[in-house]
Amino acid sequence: MDGMAPFERWFDICELSDIPVRGSRRLEKDGMKIAIFRTSDDRVYAVENSCAHKGGPLSEGIVHDCAVTCPLHNWVYDLSTGKAQGGDEGQIRTFPAEVRDGGRVHLRLAMAS
Amino acid sequence: MTKKLVVVGNGMAPGKVLETLFETAPGQFDVTIFNAEPRVNYNRIMLSPVLSGESKYEDIIIHDEAWYEANNVTLHAGEKVVSIDRENKTVRSDGGVIEGYDNLLIATGSTPFIIPVPGHDLPGVLAYRDLDDVNKMLNAAAKGGRAVVIGGGLLGLEAAAGLKLRGMDVTVIHLMPTLMERQLDPAAGYLLEKELSSRGIDIRTGANTKEIYGDGKVEGVRLEDGTEIDASIVVMAVGIRPSAQLAKDAGLDVNRGILVDCQMRTSDPDIYSVGECVEFEGNCYGLVAPLYEQARICARALTNDAEAAFAHAETSTKLKVTGVDLFSAGDFADGEGRDEIVFRDPAQGIYKRLVLQDNRLIGAVLYGETADGAWFFDKIKKGEEIDADERATLIFGQNFAGGSPLDPMAAVAALPDEAEICGCNGISKGQILNAIDKNELTDLQGVRQCTKASSSCGTCTGLVESLLALKLGDAFDASAKKTVCDCTEFGNDEVRRLIIAKELKSIPAVMQELGWKTSCGCAKCRPALNFYLLASWPGEYVDDNQSRFINERVHANIQKDGTYSVVPRAWGGVTTAAELRAVADVVDKYDIPMVKYTGGQRIDMLGVKKEDLPGVWADLNAAGMVSGHAYGKSLRTVKTCVGSEWCRVGTQDSTGLGIKLEKLMWGSWTPHKVKLAVSGCPRNCAEATCKDIGVVCVDSGYQIHIAGAAGMEVRATDHLTTVTTEEEAIEMCAAVLQAYREQGFYLERIYKWTARIGGAEKVHELIVDDVENRKALFERFKYAQQFSQDDPWAERASGKVDAHEFKTLELVE
Ligand code: SRM
Ligand SMILES: Cc1cc2nc3c(=O)[nH]c(=O)nc-3n(C[C@H](O)[C@H](O)[C@H](O)COP(=O)(O)OP(=O)(O)OC[C@H]3O[C@@H](n4cnc5c(N)ncnc54)[C@H](O)[C@@H]3O)c2cc1C
Ligand code: SF4
Ligand code: FES
Repeated sequence: MDGMAPFERWFDICELSDIPVRGSRRLEKDGMKIAIFRTSDDRVYAVENSCAHKGGPLSEGIVHDCAVTCPLHNWVYDLSTGKAQGGDEGQIRTFPAEVRDGGRVHLRLAMAS
Repeated sequence: MTKKLVVVGNGMAPGKVLETLFETAPGQFDVTIFNAEPRVNYNRIMLSPVLSGESKYEDIIIHDEAWYEANNVTLHAGEKVVSIDRENKTVRSDGGVIEGYDNLLIATGSTPFIIPVPGHDLPGVLAYRDLDDVNKMLNAAAKGGRAVVIGGGLLGLEAAAGLKLRGMDVTVIHLMPTLMERQLDPAAGYLLEKELSSRGIDIRTGANTKEIYGDGKVEGVRLEDGTEIDASIVVMAVGIRPSAQLAKDAGLDVNRGILVDCQMRTSDPDIYSVGECVEFEGNCYGLVAPLYEQARICARALTNDAEAAFAHAETSTKLKVTGVDLFSAGDFADGEGRDEIVFRDPAQGIYKRLVLQDNRLIGAVLYGETADGAWFFDKIKKGEEIDADERATLIFGQNFAGGSPLDPMAAVAALPDEAEICGCNGISKGQILNAIDKNELTDLQGVRQCTKASSSCGTCTGLVESLLALKLGDAFDASAKKTVCDCTEFGNDEVRRLIIAKELKSIPAVMQELGWKTSCGCAKCRPALNFYLLASWPGEYVDDNQSRFINERVHANIQKDGTYSVVPRAWGGVTTAAELRAVADVVDKYDIPMVKYTGGQRIDMLGVKKEDLPGVWADLNAAGMVSGHAYGKSLRTVKTCVGSEWCRVGTQDSTGLGIKLEKLMWGSWTPHKVKLAVSGCPRNCAEATCKDIGVVCVDSGYQIHIAGAAGMEVRATDHLTTVTTEEEAIEMCAAVLQAYREQGFYLERIYKWTARIGGAEKVHELIVDDVENRKALFERFKYAQQFSQDDPWAERASGKVDAHEFKTLELVE
């Protein structure tokens, strides 16, 4: 319906309120570490929780606008594209995430094998 | 042939269906309406003006009795439909009225959500949905007393403003940190809170209701943090739920609301539904604009217009509180490829933010000046492309648009000499140009000193800089000034000064009043503002955890592999067998890969998994150990040597003094980290002369040293003074620390602060010579410390604070 690859599906993750505003939560799925962020205007974004620089856990960074600053050496990522900003070059994986009507956060991931 | 249409619910949405139907297909339907409310159709939106006294019920009636008569509509007022018999195509009301239908229209609206806290069923707990609720509120208001409104959204605030105008004391309790967070960004939420507070409405954000108490009726509300607020009524306005039970009982497909297709048809093709009870493609609506659209579509579908199709559309919001101008529409979140245009006029209390994507306007928040709301909303809906020229002046709205886009320099050049540039100080363009000539000024600082322009609220800074550039050409370099970060024109000194002068007490307040260029700052300015506010308003400012660097947020040092290190306090570098045993046990229990003595005389446990932190802390707490703040811009270690207690040449009890200093100062947040040391004699085994503050004991007393460093720069301390008693030594050290807390720029160590303000001589003047100032600084330090000496580890180990940080989420399969 929404162009979803056949081996992916939406997972119900948590209440929006389980993620602090301008904060994040962590999640692991089949060995993949994922960070889910909530912006000041209640958007949610999910990315691979590993900085392209040296693997820093982005979930621990400061969230500002639609971006997060890596806690280890301050690379800044646009959460929606997963692209490093400014002078740094790097790309991390992003996963579709959204808040559904009832305030539940949903995340699109590969199906459990 | 006329068909029989039965309508359940007589609200705004079905009212619009019928109006459209009678206009486009007169005589086609024979209509019967059931309404649980014992009255005709009225404009629910206008209940707030009725509550506040600005309107009367008669003014807000949409269809009077004559309308029903003229259109041959049977209205069963006060009859609530309790069942639908789809097989026989009839409905039945609680009063026993049965009607048959060809088509049924369900428009049951929604039901206010009542949070099920203890006491929610006490008399005096009201919802805000219909005229009966308004009448109950008016009765209560006539008796006076306090109304507590739970919920700081649109409805809650309209109720609060109305009750206030009716003479009640009003408190609003809101769970989130800013008001109307669904419609407004934090900056606009802040302005709204400020406005309502200035009208005497007591607003408590970030507050959670625990229970409503009272003997037989409401007497008050108790919050999660134990605060009690007396109340004669409680109005709950925390949200609505689609009223879909009737449809569900009839076997129709219902999710959150009654499911309909784009023709407003339910899963039974003879039954339609419109209004707040409906769910369409995952959306439920709570504002009339989309509901009216549903109604028009439904009327067309009823007359077999196959083209009619409802589509989801953006909505816009306005708050109907007289004197509060607020507008929001579309999608104003940050996101991919989006950028924003922010305009703030702190003096007028105006904030405007436009969000663009792919050169199209997609969202707008306006506060204080909303005349262009409709114009922006129209642009959002149309989704026309906005070119660079239009973009330059877009934020100034409709009147500006179409005019030639302004080059700021040209605009300033075109101003007459008498044009006022600085509204706060009444300084004109001519005065500034004269001052630049006469005093050979070359920078903003100079203009501020000579004319006072741009030295108050600072919003004219850009204009003043343009004037400098106009006068000096290339000789003027606006970037010479060091600002906190790119989000602001202000430097750290100005920000610190204005926070106090303007009594700014929250991050959104600072950003609004000082005209921040971004809506929520960046990783540079947010931690700085959080510290400045904390240091300026001890006990008042509520720390914003999300504006802290990870180490300070979780009270441990992040390591390169994402694990953490844990360093408990070892007061003055002293430990005990029991503490060592506890550390050993913790290391075993949590399989901690490395234990190390730090360069600061204490133990570091490295490689602790984040989820183990609360457990590690709980065990260390049990052995009497607390956080060592090895992670913070705060007091770190106070190193000591063994001193006169043991050492054969020691002159004073350096260990004892070190412990006293650490016990006094721990927990204090500072611009950068602060390290102390106390040596028992000039041999200086504790290396006191390369610390931020060092004490070297001598026979005659205590030498106080300041401004040392042994990091990226190595700098021996300056000798500040020598005092004779331990008490004086403590007072002196604490006064230095407090002066640094009040004046230091974020991330400026003590030695840099000292150099900036004029060296150790200046500190001597402030603290040694000026006894009164020293004593006042010491008092302020002690006052602030009352609020910072709760062990952050204990709070988190208890599971009550920030539990979300330490737990990973699970997938719900
Ligand atoms: C653990 C420790 C090294 C050790 O194993 O001994 C250490 C470890 C770190 N130091 Fe240090 N410093 C440690 C003593 C020192 C000392 C010696 C002292 O305190 O006597 C110095 C020189 C004295 C000084 O501060 O002037 C020192 C100067 C620095 C600096 C340079 C500061 C500067 O202004 O130039 C940094 C970088 C910074 O803070 O920006 C730093 C930063 C760090 C950080 C926090 C790196 C970082 O930014 O993440 C390291 C954290 C490791 C961890 O997770 O625990 N560390 N660091 C020492 C902890 C002391 C304690 O008990 O709290
Ligand atoms: C105080 C207040 C202020 C508002 N301000 C605004 C605003 O500024 N802008 C805006 O766009 N919207 C505003 N709204 C929302 C707007 O009023 C609603 O979206 C709109 O009225 C919904 O229309 P409706 O027809 O779906 O439901 P309603 O107007 O709620 O009508 C439903 C009716 O159905 C009746 N009913 C329910 N079940 C049955 C049954 N089984 N049998 C018979 N009758 C039944 C109910 O008694 C009710 O009268 C406001 C709402 C309130 C309460
Ligand atoms: S000197 Fe300090 S900051 Fe550098 S590696 Fe060692 S511990 Fe880390
Ligand atoms: S690991 Fe993220 S910036 Fe280095």
